[in-house]
Amino acid sequence: MKGDRLFRIVLWIVAGLFSAMMVFMLASLLKESLPSIKAFGMHFLYGKEWNPVVDKFGLLPFLVGTLITSVLALIISVPFAMSIALFLGMFSKGGFWPKILGYGTDLLAGIPSVIYGFWALFFLVPIVRNFEMKAGIVPYGVGIFTASVVLAIMIIPYISSISKEVIKLVPRDLIEAGLALGATDLEVAKDVVLPYCRSGIVAGILLGFGRALGETMAVTMVIGNSNSLPKSLFAPANTMASVIANEFTEATTTLHLSSLIQIGLWLFILNAIVNVIGMLIIKKMEVK
Amino acid sequence: MKKLIYALFFGLFSLSFVTGTSMAGSKELTGAGATFPYPLYSRIFSEYYRAHGVKVNYQAIGSGGGIRQLMAKIVDFGASDAYVDDNGLKKFSAPIVHIPMTAGAVVLSYNLPGNPKLKLTPSIISGIFLGKITRWDDPEIAKANPDIKLPKLNILVIHRSDGSGTTFIFSDYLSKISNEWQKKVGRGKALKWPVGLGAKGNAGVAGMIKQIPGAIGYVELIYALNNHMSYAAVQNRSGNFIEPSINSVSAAADIELPDDMRVSLTDTSAEQGYPIAGFTWVLVYKDLKNGGLSKDKAQELINLLWWMTHQGQRYASPLHYAPLSKVAQRKAEAIIRSIVYNGRPLDINPGY
Repeated sequence: MKGDRLFRIVLWIVAGLFSAMMVFMLASLLKESLPSIKAFGMHFLYGKEWNPVVDKFGLLPFLVGTLITSVLALIISVPFAMSIALFLGMFSKGGFWPKILGYGTDLLAGIPSVIYGFWALFFLVPIVRNFEMKAGIVPYGVGIFTASVVLAIMIIPYISSISKEVIKLVPRDLIEAGLALGATDLEVAKDVVLPYCRSGIVAGILLGFGRALGETMAVTMVIGNSNSLPKSLFAPANTMASVIANEFTEATTTLHLSSLIQIGLWLFILNAIVNVIGMLIIKKMEVK
Repeated sequence: MKKLIYALFFGLFSLSFVTGTSMAGSKELTGAGATFPYPLYSRIFSEYYRAHGVKVNYQAIGSGGGIRQLMAKIVDFGASDAYVDDNGLKKFSAPIVHIPMTAGAVVLSYNLPGNPKLKLTPSIISGIFLGKITRWDDPEIAKANPDIKLPKLNILVIHRSDGSGTTFIFSDYLSKISNEWQKKVGRGKALKWPVGLGAKGNAGVAGMIKQIPGAIGYVELIYALNNHMSYAAVQNRSGNFIEPSINSVSAAADIELPDDMRVSLTDTSAEQGYPIAGFTWVLVYKDLKNGGLSKDKAQELINLLWWMTHQGQRYASPLHYAPLSKVAQRKAEAIIRSIVYNGRPLDINPGY
């Protein structure tokens, strides 16, 4: 009995410490970004200029860059991820090749992002550049579009493996009932399976979105790192995470450093907002 | 049961101390800062360890980080590619000194069909990086390079996206040769660039240049030499077109130098000097007691600094770093001699 109490206390402490960690993180981010908050106030949020030479800092170009790349990545990745999940979770009956396919997508999730960056730089960027040359756009090769495609590839395994697992949980009777009523495979997938597990799928999509928001290395390598508001989908831009990674080590003035930390604070907040929205959606969609 | 919990806490508590105290050996010095001289420093430190058994733990976290860690007295010495300006000096609790260790240069590398050897004037360089010269067949470039058939290509500027001493040296040069640059952009480790794409690190810039025909960017001389990149000869203040090399960088430092050595070598007045060059420094507290060092450690540090600026210099050229010029070395000696501990001078051991 006594052992049980101790066990429970230890669990409480560990869980408590971990949650406290989040509060401490937020507090230290807030503390370190105070000089920048004092200097710019709310103007920081919609300031368009980022100029370390004259100590003038605004978040807007990076916020825009982050949101555009992540949303675009989501739009590109969801159809692919859903197809993979439906195939692996519902249609394939096990066997060698589907298993290999499953391992393959799961493996993609574990590849370090710098490798995605390299791959994109040497493979994807020339393709995009060729396309841009033919389309008559300035052939940078790098930019928002390229970054979004890399991000999409990176988050597909997250979305597809979670979706696959929830699709597997759909009761066999439901699927068979649908088929027995004369529905085609597509109709069963569309009207039975997906509605049944939509909350799980949304959770997977949000996980992918969160990952896209914070992805640093791969994006930095292919987004072109221009600290002004992007003018088109193919223009170079910068994201919140990548500007921090770029400028943090050599930020010498207090204001520069604390502005970078304030970007981190907003990234933290952005992620929290996405998570809360996600939880609300999941709650609403849960099958009763 | 309570004992168990206490034990757990005590264990965690003491663990955090073990990692803290293990750094405080007497035969060990710690430093942090610039990445640019890191290959040279690590060679020098490993030779120094072989010769004197003193281990130097240097972390190449970037100049900004090195300066901050010295300010917080976490390290015994800092290292930086840009000197600390007067405003920055005020933030230190006590005076610090800059000791030059080696000089580096920034070269302009480009990707043009046939890899021609370009000659660039200051006005061409500032024009390109301000976005005013946008094509390679621009009459101004053609005038400086009469023997080269210039391609009908757009110029694409590649710059560093990460804060960097390389960017500082380059923008310092541009600020000196162009009023417009000075007014619109200025000098710094990170800038608000008028045109171009950003890439991370020397490797990122080099990779981008190699991929895009018509691209031009700036990288460290060492990086360009090691990777056999083509780079331009740049016209200096005396009107000579100078190829970047170890010799022309050392020559750039062969000028009147201030006693505190906080000096930029860009746009040098030396006739054969390459104009986009700069020192890299080790920073220490002038009174080492203020840096939180023990007397023994302070003496170790003085020995190391002397060795780095003398015996250690022979490792520079093989690694493509420019060794200190005679003038610079004299100045460095004077600065090392001026370092004290608790107001008292430390021993100098030249033959050590």
